[in-house]
Amino acid sequence: MAAVDLGNPAAPRSVDRAPAGPVGGELAPGAGKPAKPGPAGEAGLSVTGAHKTFRSAEGGEVHALDGVSLDVALGEFYVLLGPSGCGKTTLLRAIAGLEPLDGGEIYLGDERIDLLAPHKRPDNTVFQSYALFPHLSVWENIAFGLKMEKLPKAAIAARVEAMLALVHLSEVPSRRPSQLSGGQQQRVALARALAKQPAVLLLDEPLSALDLKLRRGMQGELKRIQRETGITFVFVTHDQEEALSMGDRIAVFKDGRPAQIGTPEDIYERPVSRFVADFIGDTNFLETELTVRADGLVGAIGGLAVPVGSPGAGAAGPATLAIRPENIVLTDPAEAELRGRLVELTYMGTDLRCAVELPDGQRLRVRVPPPFGGGHLAPGGEVGVVVAPGLAKVVVDS
Amino acid sequence: MTGPVSAGGGAKRGLGRLRRRPGGRRGPVRPGQLGVAFATPAILVGLVFTLGPVIVIAVFSFLSQPETGGGVVYQFSAEAYRHFLFQEDFVGNTNLDLRYLRSFGLSAFQALATTAVCIGLAFPIALWMTTKTSRVQNLLVLVVTIPFWTNLLVRTYAWILLLSDRGAANAVLEAVGLAPRQLLYNSGATLVGLIYTFLPFAILPIYSALAGFDFSLAEAAYDLGARKSGVIRRVIWPAAAGGVMSAVALCFVPAFGAFVQPVLLGGGKVLMVGNLIAAQYGEARNWPFGAALSVIILVLTLLGAFALLRLAKRSSQKVSLAI
Repeated sequence: MAAVDLGNPAAPRSVDRAPAGPVGGELAPGAGKPAKPGPAGEAGLSVTGAHKTFRSAEGGEVHALDGVSLDVALGEFYVLLGPSGCGKTTLLRAIAGLEPLDGGEIYLGDERIDLLAPHKRPDNTVFQSYALFPHLSVWENIAFGLKMEKLPKAAIAARVEAMLALVHLSEVPSRRPSQLSGGQQQRVALARALAKQPAVLLLDEPLSALDLKLRRGMQGELKRIQRETGITFVFVTHDQEEALSMGDRIAVFKDGRPAQIGTPEDIYERPVSRFVADFIGDTNFLETELTVRADGLVGAIGGLAVPVGSPGAGAAGPATLAIRPENIVLTDPAEAELRGRLVELTYMGTDLRCAVELPDGQRLRVRVPPPFGGGHLAPGGEVGVVVAPGLAKVVVDS
Repeated sequence: MTGPVSAGGGAKRGLGRLRRRPGGRRGPVRPGQLGVAFATPAILVGLVFTLGPVIVIAVFSFLSQPETGGGVVYQFSAEAYRHFLFQEDFVGNTNLDLRYLRSFGLSAFQALATTAVCIGLAFPIALWMTTKTSRVQNLLVLVVTIPFWTNLLVRTYAWILLLSDRGAANAVLEAVGLAPRQLLYNSGATLVGLIYTFLPFAILPIYSALAGFDFSLAEAAYDLGARKSGVIRRVIWPAAAGGVMSAVALCFVPAFGAFVQPVLLGGGKVLMVGNLIAAQYGEARNWPFGAALSVIILVLTLLGAFALLRLAKRSSQKVSLAI
């Protein structure tokens, strides 16, 4: 039994899909994204059935890539998101040619590239450690790839100058990488890869070494550069906030394959599995028993029946409901059908983080937006709990 | 609270004792640091037994030769240095004498060939070592240093056994159907001995320059369009450059003054500077000239080291002139 996204009647059903295959966004296009990515176009990137197995130190086998298929559209900002060891970096390295695949194919447009040596592939990588050549200046680092192409000197100079301007480093062309700040090194790494004018730019957690403020700034920079150059970006990260804010589409990886592929809205609002809902943002999971009623599928929260889907949307039985903390409203207990006891209250500035214990003993985390007045919020006190219809989703355990 | 206070007091008392010692000012000593008093014995030993002989040699080189036998006469003379380049014939004419310079040339050639071959062999070995797991790397470093555990003389005699007329090398030649040949007692055998002796001195600094090399740099170069040979030439070789410079110093300098290998493997036919100097204190009984030759080598070596360090600084490489 696969995912049922019953909260949004507009979304097509995605039941009865093979559990091994990638699930989600390909069949459930997200609403609201202007440029809807289709299947790989003339120069889109397409991975089919990619397999890669590593032998672990203990002699066991680790399936780093377990039959990955995905399509990246031309000019798309595509994010590979997942916890460490989920295979996202292996996939990126396979696209770059630094990690040979055990099985599967990689196409760029109609050209099969997975059999080409890395230096012949039309994609370039921004490494997590930046991998800047320490013995070369900023200028020489950026020119490195162009010299390998044996471009005429004037063309190299022009391209390097353009790249320096693009990443705002025109003042420091003769410095060595060790004389640069982390953010500047990051820009050099980006400029060096972009100078090659790749069909696809591969970025391996490029911002993970930067502090939070700098990272925010570079996220904006990267989006700007991607818009200006129109180059397809494949961006690996384990930071879900970064993925949501930057990606046109996100592939959430788990155990060597995508658990869900979709737009940030798809992933956040309509997670197909407990894993995705848990990995992206903060989520309450409630065990419930689904019953089929005339007006649709109904679950229960603290004994209160809650509609979770349209008629004929799924089967009855035990299930897990996922509810985002910001989708729960605390009210005056007298006005609510469902009541709970407020057991924790933390002031966070932007919101109040509360924990409410329901009559059946399950706990809900709730975010209360400002203004925090009203007086009904006191630790130990009784509160009314209201879950807006359609915002409690059924997720599969995986 | 009492514990830390008493410990602090103890430390202070210790410091006070150090400060009260005669011999002038000493800065406060932090925990885990030792005062200069503790280093003094080693410094004294170093000065007396390292710098001392050098000073003696430098002084001897400007003294005179006694009428008969070895030793020196305490009378200033630059004759030893003149003797290096010029010779007086029976009539009393002073002629340019190139015999000793030729010996320097031979030494320089042997040392240069040794250094070049050692680095050529050591670079691939060192690079290969860095790709192994850290456990295997430690083991390989141990293997490289095994020759240091045995006396150089013994190891050089082993080469005599290998290269002699009825030795292992000739046995192999015969086995593959080639005529046995004289392998020992020539400059080739000397070179083999020198390369064998100094190879670890090339491997270790190059390995230590490459150890911890970030192979993502190699991947980056590959990704940017460099071929495999280009990756080695443009990224890995520059990373090893500091180690290579150290290796040049560590191989060339001792090989230049080598003594054992030309005597045992060259059979006395190969006269390198080291043998020339030894002869001055032995058969020739010309101590001032032997001392002058040593000083000339020392000055040349210092100039070379200075040039190497300048070069290293200009290319911002870390060079160590010792292991």
